[in-house]
Amino acid sequence: MAQLQDLEVGQVVAERELAFTRETLVRYAGASGDFNPIHYRDDVAEAVGLPGVLAHGMLTMGAAVQPVVDWAGPGRVLDYQVRFTRPVVVDPEAGAALRVVATVGKVEEGTARIDLTVTAGEQTVLGKAQVVVATDR
Amino acid sequence: MPVNPEIQGRQYPPTAPYLVGREKVREFARAVQATHPEHHDVEAARAAGHADVVAPPTFPIVIQQLTWNQLLDDPEAGIVLSRIVHGDQRFTATRPIVAGDELTAQLTVTRVRSLGGNDMVTCETVVTDAEGAHVVTATSSLVVGGDA
Repeated sequence: MAQLQDLEVGQVVAERELAFTRETLVRYAGASGDFNPIHYRDDVAEAVGLPGVLAHGMLTMGAAVQPVVDWAGPGRVLDYQVRFTRPVVVDPEAGAALRVVATVGKVEEGTARIDLTVTAGEQTVLGKAQVVVATDR
Repeated sequence: MPVNPEIQGRQYPPTAPYLVGREKVREFARAVQATHPEHHDVEAARAAGHADVVAPPTFPIVIQQLTWNQLLDDPEAGIVLSRIVHGDQRFTATRPIVAGDELTAQLTVTRVRSLGGNDMVTCETVVTDAEGAHVVTATSSLVVGGDA
């Protein structure tokens, strides 16, 4: 595993496959307090013109950073940002499979910027997904 | 109804203090598939120098949502929940949130602009602890759709 103090731009520090099911969405709704029905009701999703029930963007954001958290430690995440570029459709039976690759984007004094590539199938679902971690503590 | 451009710069009152519970941290961690021991095990968290279990980096959304509700409840704002799409999100932390924290949040609408037929509302929620010290700032862009 890559050492925090000795990082190089382009280095992959973590990779993970994520699996979301409808149960994942209901669990996230309860834990977060976001009960928008487009995240658990097919009829509502269809009525508002969506291709299906979608994962909460904040669930995708929250789960996508976990490989970095496991690598660096929860106390070292200083800044985390994403753009929600494409919705993640969660099939009632097959669910959704996401892949996260975390790469060193920039190294500075005391910090490193880790860039996340998050894909569902062949498509990127988060843009400008960047995590700044402390490397000096 | 379009978003009222005059809400740019509007600041809502600080929310009532939110006490971060240990089981809430564990519950939220499970929900985002966070398995690091410092989220779940008090001893592991303390060994790493934290007062109690550590909340995941996106946990502030729970408190930020309380401030979004103020914006949605503002009859002058013209923002309807069913028309909102979350555009982007950022958390900038001074320190991680831990169980036992008593947090207050205050939202400011930093920008409102038209974008095609939609409005883009950017807002910033500053989260402080019981001593008034900065914990995290949550910044969001919300795309609010026009009349369909």
